[in-house]
Amino acid sequence: MAEITPLPVARLSPPIRPEFERTTPPVSDAAEIERPLSLWEHLANMEGVRRGAIVVALMVAWQVYAVWLSNPLMFPTLTDTLSALWDGLVHGVLLQRIGATLQVLMTGYAIGIALAAMLTTFAVSSRLGADLLATLTAMFNPLPAIALLPLALLWFGLGVPSLVFVIVHSVLWAVALNTLTGFLGVSETQRLAGQNYGLRGVRYVALILIPAAFPSILSGLKIGWAFAWRTLIAAELVFGVSSRSGGLGWFLFEKRNQLETDQVFAGLTCVIIIGLLVEGLIFRTIEARTIRRWGMSRG
Amino acid sequence: MNAATMHPKDQTYPPSYASPLLEVSGVTLQYKTRDLLVTATRDVSFEVYPADRFVLLGPSGCGKSTLLKGVAGFLKPVAGFMRLNGQMIDGAGPDRMMVFQDFDQLMPWKTVLENVMFPILVSRRFPRAEARARAMASITKVKLGKFADAYPHMLSGGMKQRVAIARAMAMEPAILLMDEPFAALDALTRRQMQDELLQLWDDTRFTVLFVTHSIEEAIVVGSRILVLSPHPGQVKAELNAHQYGHDHQGGSDFMALSQKINTMLFAEGHHG
Ligand SMILES: Nc1ncnc2c1ncn2[C@@H]1O[C@H](COP(=O)(O)OP(=O)(O)OP(=O)(O)O)[C@@H](O)[C@H]1O
Ligand SMILES: [Mg+2]
Repeated sequence: MAEITPLPVARLSPPIRPEFERTTPPVSDAAEIERPLSLWEHLANMEGVRRGAIVVALMVAWQVYAVWLSNPLMFPTLTDTLSALWDGLVHGVLLQRIGATLQVLMTGYAIGIALAAMLTTFAVSSRLGADLLATLTAMFNPLPAIALLPLALLWFGLGVPSLVFVIVHSVLWAVALNTLTGFLGVSETQRLAGQNYGLRGVRYVALILIPAAFPSILSGLKIGWAFAWRTLIAAELVFGVSSRSGGLGWFLFEKRNQLETDQVFAGLTCVIIIGLLVEGLIFRTIEARTIRRWGMSRG
Repeated sequence: MNAATMHPKDQTYPPSYASPLLEVSGVTLQYKTRDLLVTATRDVSFEVYPADRFVLLGPSGCGKSTLLKGVAGFLKPVAGFMRLNGQMIDGAGPDRMMVFQDFDQLMPWKTVLENVMFPILVSRRFPRAEARARAMASITKVKLGKFADAYPHMLSGGMKQRVAIARAMAMEPAILLMDEPFAALDALTRRQMQDELLQLWDDTRFTVLFVTHSIEEAIVVGSRILVLSPHPGQVKAELNAHQYGHDHQGGSDFMALSQKINTMLFAEGHHG
């Protein structure tokens, strides 16, 4: 090994300065030690505001490009899309379609979460349960829910139960895995403190484990929601017209076949808006009220 | 050895002096890991009397925390027994409140006030209606009244430890268990907290079992010191330190005691 030659250094010494002592004046007005943020600082701090600005910019770009292209069959303008959206919501079937989709979604989401809760409870209370959950998640998590659709159709027929089955599959594993990870990550001190108060069993899980693991659980719920939403729209595109009550995906498919492109865009806008509302409003609010307020997450 | 024989007629001690509050007798504690059986403490016996500030002192890894976990009921002894007020210790319970070393012992999802109220509410030690007032009184005692509605992440490390102490004291436990509660603090805050703890003790005369590996802290905080040998922990000595506080630091008696413990802990440590 080569010997290390130190770089030549100028032998600096710090200058010697006079000492001083001060009496600090009492902080009377406490002005900059603690003060509420100004309105502007509040706005700039609000992620919603910043993101909203970007959305507005994108909308302007869309309108300019579509007007320039001037081909409503391929790429309708923003204003056409918005008026189609208004029409669809007020006079047309769009609202009904959205309702159908959301109903299926909520059913599947709720069942998925209930199953996930059962599986994780089993997993935290026994080693067999933990192994079972680990194995099942490893097997099914990589399997896109939509791939199960043909099988679901075979088992449950053309209709809502098939859709619910697929959504349950897409929610269950993400939520279960995240919840278990969250539980396992709860620090030893938190656990011991909880036991110290005499908490056992269900009360211990509900009052200590769940809140302590909440960041992880919430991210599981978000991932589960995202999976479910995409899966559902895709599944409805494939089939979805079980009875009169097709969903949003079916609406897209139908309107494309009728070459009503502005309606297709209106439908897509609905898909985006609902996705944004849930993610940007519901989940953001939950996050702000919980883990960010508690300092368990930044951002 | 029975400590009761040493001051049989001392009138300043409460009448219950004759019977120890906490009795630890021949306790061996072990950890079973996947491929290892670790004996943390071997055949440890001591007695804690009411209003004692009983310190467990020993080098790192000698099993002080483990002993405290045993008393708290998180660990079962493989030999010996532990009795609190004559009752066998079996499992964790709110009559023994633990203050941990780490700052993350507070529940981040609750405010300071809620954190302090929480054990009172879930253990039903006191009526629900009293919980708030008791918690508030305790928080005021540790001088955090202004921060009752703050969340733990907004507090400094020392403040968090104060909240943990307030939470434990609000429960008025039979015995307070403190595992190096000031170890993660800077020297200045640590000293201040030691003084505050002594002040609190002077007010309410609680019983505390206090773990530290600082000899100085043991002498200042403790009224009686149990010196443990290096791993696996065995009792080396039990010494009196009730006569020393911060004011005596640097005094010759204080230094002598400190030196004595130092020799005890480290003299033969290299052979064993
Ligand atoms: N969870 C555990 N599993 C296995 N062994 C452990 C565990 N916790 C502690 N030990 C072992 O038990 C012994 C005593 O540990 P303990 O934490 O009680 O020491 P300590 O006296 O509190 O030390 P310190 O002053 O560093 O906190 C150590 O040898 C340690 O390796
Ligand atoms: Mg320790």
